[in-house]
Amino acid sequence: MVTASRDSKDGIEALSRKDFVSDQEVRWCPGCGDYSILAQTQKLMPDLGIPREDIVFISGIGCSSRLPYYMNTYGFHSIHGRAPAIASGLKASRPELSVWVVTGDGDALSIGGNHLLHVLRRNVDLQIILHNNQIYGLTKGQYSPTSELGKRTKSSPAGTIDAPLHPLTVALGAEATFVARTIDADPHHMVAVLGRAYEHRGAAFCEVYQNCNIFNDGAFAAFTAKEVRADRMLYLEQGKPMIFGKERNKGIRLNGLRPEVVEVGVDGITEADLLVHDETREDPTIAFMLSRMSYPEFPVPVGVLRAVQRPTYDALMTAQIERAVEAEGPGDVRDLFVEGDTWTVE
Amino acid sequence: MTTLTKESQQPEHPELLELDRVTIRFAGDSGDGMQLAGTQFTKTSAVVGNDISTFPDIPAEIRAPQGSLPGVSGFQVSFASTEIYTPGDAPDVLVAMNPAALKTNLADLPRGGILVVNEDEFSETNLRKAAYASNPLEDGSLRAYRTFRVPISTLNSRALKDSGLTAVQIDRCKNMFALGLMFWLYSRPLDTTTRWIDEKFGKNPAVADANKTALKAGYAFGETTEMFATHYHVPKAPQQPGLYRNITGNEATALGFVTASKLAGRQLFYGTYPITPASDVLHELARLKRFGVKTFQAEDEIAAVGAAIGASFGGSLGLTGTSGPGLALKSEAIGLAVMVELPLVIIDVQRAGPSTGMPTKTEQGDLLQAMFGRNGESPVAVVAPATASDCFTMAIEAWRLAIKYRTPVVFLSDAYLGMGSEPWLVPDFESLPRIPVEFASDPATFKPYARDPETLARPWAIPGTPDLEHRIGGLEKSDITGNVSYDPANHDKMVHLRAAKIQRIAQDIPELEVEGDERGGLLVLGWGSTYGVITTAVQRARAEGKKVSMAHLRYLNPFPRNLGDVLRRYDRVLIPEINLGQLRLLIRGTFLVDAVGFNKVAGRPFTIRDIEARIAELA
Repeated sequence: MVTASRDSKDGIEALSRKDFVSDQEVRWCPGCGDYSILAQTQKLMPDLGIPREDIVFISGIGCSSRLPYYMNTYGFHSIHGRAPAIASGLKASRPELSVWVVTGDGDALSIGGNHLLHVLRRNVDLQIILHNNQIYGLTKGQYSPTSELGKRTKSSPAGTIDAPLHPLTVALGAEATFVARTIDADPHHMVAVLGRAYEHRGAAFCEVYQNCNIFNDGAFAAFTAKEVRADRMLYLEQGKPMIFGKERNKGIRLNGLRPEVVEVGVDGITEADLLVHDETREDPTIAFMLSRMSYPEFPVPVGVLRAVQRPTYDALMTAQIERAVEAEGPGDVRDLFVEGDTWTVE
Repeated sequence: MTTLTKESQQPEHPELLELDRVTIRFAGDSGDGMQLAGTQFTKTSAVVGNDISTFPDIPAEIRAPQGSLPGVSGFQVSFASTEIYTPGDAPDVLVAMNPAALKTNLADLPRGGILVVNEDEFSETNLRKAAYASNPLEDGSLRAYRTFRVPISTLNSRALKDSGLTAVQIDRCKNMFALGLMFWLYSRPLDTTTRWIDEKFGKNPAVADANKTALKAGYAFGETTEMFATHYHVPKAPQQPGLYRNITGNEATALGFVTASKLAGRQLFYGTYPITPASDVLHELARLKRFGVKTFQAEDEIAAVGAAIGASFGGSLGLTGTSGPGLALKSEAIGLAVMVELPLVIIDVQRAGPSTGMPTKTEQGDLLQAMFGRNGESPVAVVAPATASDCFTMAIEAWRLAIKYRTPVVFLSDAYLGMGSEPWLVPDFESLPRIPVEFASDPATFKPYARDPETLARPWAIPGTPDLEHRIGGLEKSDITGNVSYDPANHDKMVHLRAAKIQRIAQDIPELEVEGDERGGLLVLGWGSTYGVITTAVQRARAEGKKVSMAHLRYLNPFPRNLGDVLRRYDRVLIPEINLGQLRLLIRGTFLVDAVGFNKVAGRPFTIRDIEARIAELA
């Protein structure tokens, strides 16, 4: 869970959620899942134990990308898809800051797809929160790169013909060191996952299933609704067998290279037969498998799929500079002026 | 046609003739080491006190087939006993290491020019690769030139037969043989190059010795053979006293930006994506880690500028660099920097366009893109260095303006400036003015979009500053508070404020100076890399008694505040540009002056003769 250990500075005043609420009026549609994400983010901030001025939220374009306006931190509402690039420049130049990227399915996976791949593979020490509502909300209802195949929208009256992306699969393919998922309807889980993202050193990628009650209402309700959640979602816990269900009697077993849903106590199946979740596996195969599990065939996994250690881009960049200064001394431009052959005119 | 036998009738001791200026072009296969021979000739000429100017002509193909026409690489160096501003219109001497080099370069050699060919390479195969139907050495087609057939490959291998190197290694030294011959022909000492060879091949003494032997053999060949009736001496040029080095425009650009970061006391962050001909700036900056320079090779041009904006948001000097097509990709992000009013410098080393165009060739085609290539009313400052060394000065100037006015500044260099070189009078770092940087810190008075009354710049409030937390972005901002605003009157006000801020810069930059007459006659107005040719052409025209003056713009937006007055003092205004009249459009539109153009867009710098001819039509 969230601890105040990372980067905490002694002697700072205790902050509360309210300190992170900006004076701007929130302008999402009433009932939007983004409210929940904003509330949990504001709730988490005081627990981080870092000064407010060291926190920066950077977003692209879309409904989700309005979030920085509502956070009383430094914020940058940039241009469509480019938040990872802007955040990379800020973090690489100011590694001591806590930099958060807020994005959506269109922003991160369509127009900004390239930047997402590269910020993940570089492992820039950022938190990337992707609000996935599987629709374009701000432009009023066109299909997105995560919309299910065949979806009928304003821009696809006969149904979409392009296969959707799975954000977590994309992140794993891009060598992400931290990959997690949570849902807008489970505030406790969300705040825990966001906290884990903060604690991770490197690019921490979190997908949040977020309901757009105007253009794609109920997109996730089949498994996120309170009454069915226990049976249709798999809450991943480090070191624990993958068990789900109201009765805690269903689990995931590996059958060859494929996962399967089994019932504990039936046909001699015990907990020992179930897959044990280990987010620290270097090999991403199981994480990849989890990222592909979807309802109704499987319960939808949420929690941290992968959390492995790899040096961060910003730390490596700083280290190269430190090494160069150590080896050659701090640079003096006067030496650069006279590099190569020089001659004197009397 | 001059051959060994014929030349034996020449006097026993070659005559030494003094010349004011000579231009040599080394041309060969891209594997023949012509760039190296050219740069070494340049260094030595600089060290002996000539003024110099160079221009490499590098093929776009990395390894075109050996001996083929696209594989020809050239390097032109001009050296003189007077001040010179260009690498010369046409070579006086062409060194052609193979038939392809001869074919691609001969058209530039004036009749009567000296042609040195490596006759060993004129084999049937090589002639075919160069698409020669018959051997030009035999068919009389070189009659118009003073042709010297030198068996460079053979003489080189003979000189190195005891070197212990392989045949391939030996053959690689033939550029040194050719260089040695040119050193003799123009009475240059060998020691600068032999020292360089020792440094370069210090770890491999056999290779170092072979290169030195080849160099000396070439020199000795010139001295002892009776082939050349004359050799030449180009005396020292009068130059301002001081310490000099040779510098290319791209080197000067990188150096200028590092220096700016020291003068401002802020970290330099260079976000970029490799692109010809701007990549050298990245290569230069990437090795300067001990200066605290951070280079970010981004996934694309957009990420490169985005990262630079992020760095500027954090209080660093966010710099991005590219060439024309990359500038097009950066447009949206530059617009964002206009809106959020953060400092940002964009280097555009222009190349021939449109689209991919001719990546290694020069052009001035991006002026209007730099000025207007964004959506909405999106003004930025634009500066353009005039010479390779001026890249240093204008790089510092770009940062001074970007920081003071919190604005993107486009730095318009081009392939010719970037790759060409000239002597640079090394500045005294202590005498360079510091660049003041002020960050907001007072929560009591801080408003994100309040403005400095003099510059109209908004405060630069960087993350990490307590109680100045605020949000910026690409949506229209309310005056003073910076809150998102759709208010019509506010938008109108902000559009005008952003434009006015850029115009304020005019009060902060030097007035335009005219060289020549104070009024009357023809004014030649140029910008960017055409400074050298225009200066020389105007000087020549004036020497002929023509009433012609010149002025050169290094600030394109805003223009120097006296530009309108200057233009109106002359009867006619000529604007030569390597585009179809982009500055002319701005000048006519801004000042209602009936300027005429000279516009030749050949991927090459203008020649002095080009400009002289146009002047002759008008003055």
